[in-house]
Amino acid sequence: MRIWEFEVKAESLIRIVVVVGFVVLIELLCRSGIIASSVLIAPSAMFTHGIELLRGGKFDHDIVTSLIEIVAASIVSVLLGFVLGLGIHALPSLRRSIEPLLSSYYAIPTFIFYPIFIVVLGIGSLPIIAIAVMLSVVTMITATLNGLDRIPRALHKSAQVMRLSPWRCALHIKLPATLPYLFTGVKLAVAYAFIGVIASEFILSGSGIGYAIGYAYNNFQNDDMYSLMLFVLVLVTLVNAVLNRIDQRFQSRRQR
Amino acid sequence: MKARNAHPTLQVVESPAQQAPASPEAHVELTGVTRYFTRSDSKELFHALGPIDLTLTKGEFFSVVGPSGCGKSTLLDALAGLSRPSSGTVMFEGQPVTGVPDGVGVVFQEDASFPWLNLRDNISFGLRMAGVDGAEIQRRVDYAMGFMGLNDFAKAYPSQLSGGMRQRVCIARTLVLQPRLILLDEPFGALDQQTRLLMGDELLRLWRETSATVLLITHALDEAAMLSDRVGVMSARPGLFIDIVETGWERSRDSRVVSTPRFGEINARLWEKLRVESLKVMGVH
Repeated sequence: MRIWEFEVKAESLIRIVVVVGFVVLIELLCRSGIIASSVLIAPSAMFTHGIELLRGGKFDHDIVTSLIEIVAASIVSVLLGFVLGLGIHALPSLRRSIEPLLSSYYAIPTFIFYPIFIVVLGIGSLPIIAIAVMLSVVTMITATLNGLDRIPRALHKSAQVMRLSPWRCALHIKLPATLPYLFTGVKLAVAYAFIGVIASEFILSGSGIGYAIGYAYNNFQNDDMYSLMLFVLVLVTLVNAVLNRIDQRFQSRRQR
Repeated sequence: MKARNAHPTLQVVESPAQQAPASPEAHVELTGVTRYFTRSDSKELFHALGPIDLTLTKGEFFSVVGPSGCGKSTLLDALAGLSRPSSGTVMFEGQPVTGVPDGVGVVFQEDASFPWLNLRDNISFGLRMAGVDGAEIQRRVDYAMGFMGLNDFAKAYPSQLSGGMRQRVCIARTLVLQPRLILLDEPFGALDQQTRLLMGDELLRLWRETSATVLLITHALDEAAMLSDRVGVMSARPGLFIDIVETGWERSRDSRVVSTPRFGEINARLWEKLRVESLKVMGVH
């Protein structure tokens, strides 16, 4: 146990040293002028300018817009993916026919469909959310199918022996038994929602973090552009850390 | 308590095992039960079990031994109402079994504990689902936890327990429901020999206290010989009872019977029949 704890601590330390070392290296290269400020600004400048932007509220509207779109896309894809997963799992013949499509789904560059979404849904948040959902929903379907497949046979039989109705079995056995797998799907769906929303805003929107980064780039506002990038990086890292923490709790219960 | 040999000689029902017509104390009765399955690859029909005729009297401890794949678990599924036989009837307390009847508890070989619930919630789960009131749940769970020696682990999760402890949780979960018929499908299959002997003692204690009828499916001849009033030996597929051995143990028996000469006699008798069937399964005639 102690050896294991020591190894984990050592791994964490090495990881921190690599990240901090990389940031310090970039900082030194920028400050010494080896990397011109027109190409990249120093991480410390990104950070201080980012704090100023947040205090001044210059991009508040864009940040709120993106966050609402990300949350909406995450919720829709998680719920839709779960329901579709349940339906597909209940119909084995349907599953056999569409499983090859699901497994090759991520070979499709989803963003090529953006003109269709604009034509159908107009300009605004809706086509952005739609693209993000399209990108993230399949990972949730796959996670749901995987979770339902892995419910041990003995748990199904126990539910039968306790004479649970299908509804109670779903709520009290299937849902908690699949939860660790579903949560893996939730984690990925949120990550894809981030990618889908921010990337769509570059091409489909007049607001949002993606749009703001694109606008700053086109107008040579390097400090705004890099500060927003840093903001996105910090945000996804924090969200991922929280989700990972919850995931670890689920996984530790799952181990038999 | 010292186990005594109640009968000087083995009472063996010669094959094919025939059962007397249902007596008033017949608790479980199988008549002409068969099970056929369709192979998923070739759509071919294969005969897995039967015809089986068997009567279990109320409060009896009956074990089933047989070679791998002979249909022991299929028999248990039919008894529990988890699957319907292809032909024949299964009666429990005078009623035909069409689904899982009230009063039947099953312990499986696989770990069936719920990993998301702590030990206490695992044991009380069935009672909560059945709508039993809180005070009664607490009383029964406290009793079962004490009985199975689980009091120190109430807040532990299954992932923190050993295989033997998890199986105790599953037995306690069945025990609190106060079943009148307990079906056990190789419940100690994954445990080491010493733990199995001790779990066998606990099972006997449980059987004595509850007065339930018990049917145990097992691979282990010694387990069957030690625990049972009667042991049914099944043939290779399609599973039929080729021999039913009455052990003659007293109800107050425990694992110490393994040191008696009679235990050796029963074991030898069971192995004599089972050896031939196991060789058939291995393709040696």
